[in-house]
Amino acid sequence: MKDTKAEAFLRFDNVKKSYDQQNLVVKGFDMDVQEGEFITLLGPSGSGKTTVLMMLAGFESVTSGDIAISGKSINKTAPNKRNIGMVFQNYALFPHMTVAENLAYPLSVRKMPKAEIKDRVAEYLALVELSAFGDRRPGQLSGGQRQRVALARAMIFQPTLILMDEPLGALDKNLREQMQFEITRLHKQIGFTVIYVTHDQTEALSMSDRIAVFNDGVVQQCAPPAELYERPVNAFVAEFIGENNFVQGRVTRIEGEIAKVETDTGTITTQTSEGLTEGAQCRVSIRPEKLFIHPTTHAHDNALTATFVTRIYVGDFIRYYFRLPDSTDIIVKVLNDLSAPEFEEGAMAQLLSLTKDCIAFAD
Amino acid sequence: MSPLPDYYTIWHKAGHYGLRIMAALVLIFLMLPILVIMPLSFNAEPFFTFTQGMLSLDPDAYSTRWYQEIVDDQKWRIAIRNSFLVGIAAASIATVLGTLAAVGLASPWMPFKRVITALLLSPMIVPLIIIAAGMFFFYTQFNLVGTFTGLIIAHAALGVPFVIITVTATLSGFDRSLFVAGLSLGASPIKVFWDVVIPLIRPGVISGGLFAFVTSFDEVVLVLFLAGPEQRTIPRQMFSGLREQINPTILAVATLLVVLSATMLFVLEALRRRSARLRGQE
Repeated sequence: MKDTKAEAFLRFDNVKKSYDQQNLVVKGFDMDVQEGEFITLLGPSGSGKTTVLMMLAGFESVTSGDIAISGKSINKTAPNKRNIGMVFQNYALFPHMTVAENLAYPLSVRKMPKAEIKDRVAEYLALVELSAFGDRRPGQLSGGQRQRVALARAMIFQPTLILMDEPLGALDKNLREQMQFEITRLHKQIGFTVIYVTHDQTEALSMSDRIAVFNDGVVQQCAPPAELYERPVNAFVAEFIGENNFVQGRVTRIEGEIAKVETDTGTITTQTSEGLTEGAQCRVSIRPEKLFIHPTTHAHDNALTATFVTRIYVGDFIRYYFRLPDSTDIIVKVLNDLSAPEFEEGAMAQLLSLTKDCIAFAD
Repeated sequence: MSPLPDYYTIWHKAGHYGLRIMAALVLIFLMLPILVIMPLSFNAEPFFTFTQGMLSLDPDAYSTRWYQEIVDDQKWRIAIRNSFLVGIAAASIATVLGTLAAVGLASPWMPFKRVITALLLSPMIVPLIIIAAGMFFFYTQFNLVGTFTGLIIAHAALGVPFVIITVTATLSGFDRSLFVAGLSLGASPIKVFWDVVIPLIRPGVISGGLFAFVTSFDEVVLVLFLAGPEQRTIPRQMFSGLREQINPTILAVATLLVVLSATMLFVLEALRRRSARLRGQE
């Protein structure tokens, strides 16, 4: 253990996982987590994020590498000795026990005195606003209530870490937003460390301190939500997080942070990204809400000429579909106010953008 | 009954009622031999037939003397005691072993699952007479023939498949993440098994145990081969009773057994509903 890095609360050190001794599901995962952080592992299904969580919880063995909590390796600690709380997508509440008994279980396992258990259960029931439901069975609760019980049960024994494996996946949209708020509130109030797994990027963006984007067993980028959205390091992240438009082009010049990219519809200036070289093919990403349709009062550096295809009325905003000469589709989001223009089908339009909103990724 | 659809032809109708009549006849065919012994067991005369008095519902033609006979006859008392002793002991062993086997077989990491399952279920499929003969020769090596231990082990082996089947059925509805959750809350695997797995599969365990008990209770082939005079069970006693002294005592015993079996069936059904309710709430 290197002294300089021994500060990290939770550390993954080159963690690899293979089920068949040939293909790696997780290919060298490194991460330092500080105490109290809310970390989200985000990625498409099969990207290895759940495997990382299961290795941390101890339900999957680590093929190579090391997972350490407060500098101590937990690779060889049994799952029930790790003191890690877990929240499951299907809640995993014990159906034959009442809500209060479910909450008391981790405490009685730890041989806490009965009176103390009673007080603690009451405290945590109040915390998740279910004080009146202690005597109910999980089967008599709604989905949201069950998930709150599951949360309380994972927190009540004050674990070192709380892991959440797609905890809101089984809930409908409204309830999901409510529970996101609830989890964030509890996290702020109690200050536990969370490792959260999801494939829902909105959930990840709105709740996390940092997000690790997984693809194909590799972390593509690990950064706070705003940085991930504004400054994706590669095309996968740019495409996976939020909506994005991609314009094909060729890098003609790189000057420091700025690149000039030649496209079919003219030259655009963009931000550079790692691995970009002069003369190489590239893809320029521009978010749909960072494109403006001429005429506009917004300042701009670049202009693309595109053909109008259709516009879709969404409500709070309007989505415009344009097509570039090379038949790439471009989406523009415009707030639904008086400035949202109307077009004839096949009409030409100028789409404007700022250099700081365009990023060129090596192809 | 809902009215028949308007498009039904005469043939549809014939089929419709014909099926119901056939089903009723089959049911009568199955139940009549069982039902007929019940009034006969209250016969005041030592015959297996309905007397004139019984048919005219004369109270004097009925009596409970054959039930009294069971209580008075030491042979029957011993047989009943033996049956319960062997049945309960064998069912207990079968329940423990069968439950453990079912839990092991339900694990996703269990190798050779099919082969092992087939082997464990074989006592249900292999003809009893073959098992009995095999056990007889095997048990003589260990002086187990003519002992309670031998009979109990033999009956436990017969009961294990029933427990495996019923427990496996309840386990198929068992959510493995409950086990994982238990571990994550700090309980050891054995503690989770006791606190979470057992309570949830209990209906399967109990019904498996009851099946094992009933199997032992009415088993006669193994008893004929393996039991000595001291291990006479109820079926064995009935068997010799049939040949030696034909009187309605056997019918009285049979009636008691039918009542016992019916009670168990009701218990099983109640358990099944309870388990379905628990699962429905998940």
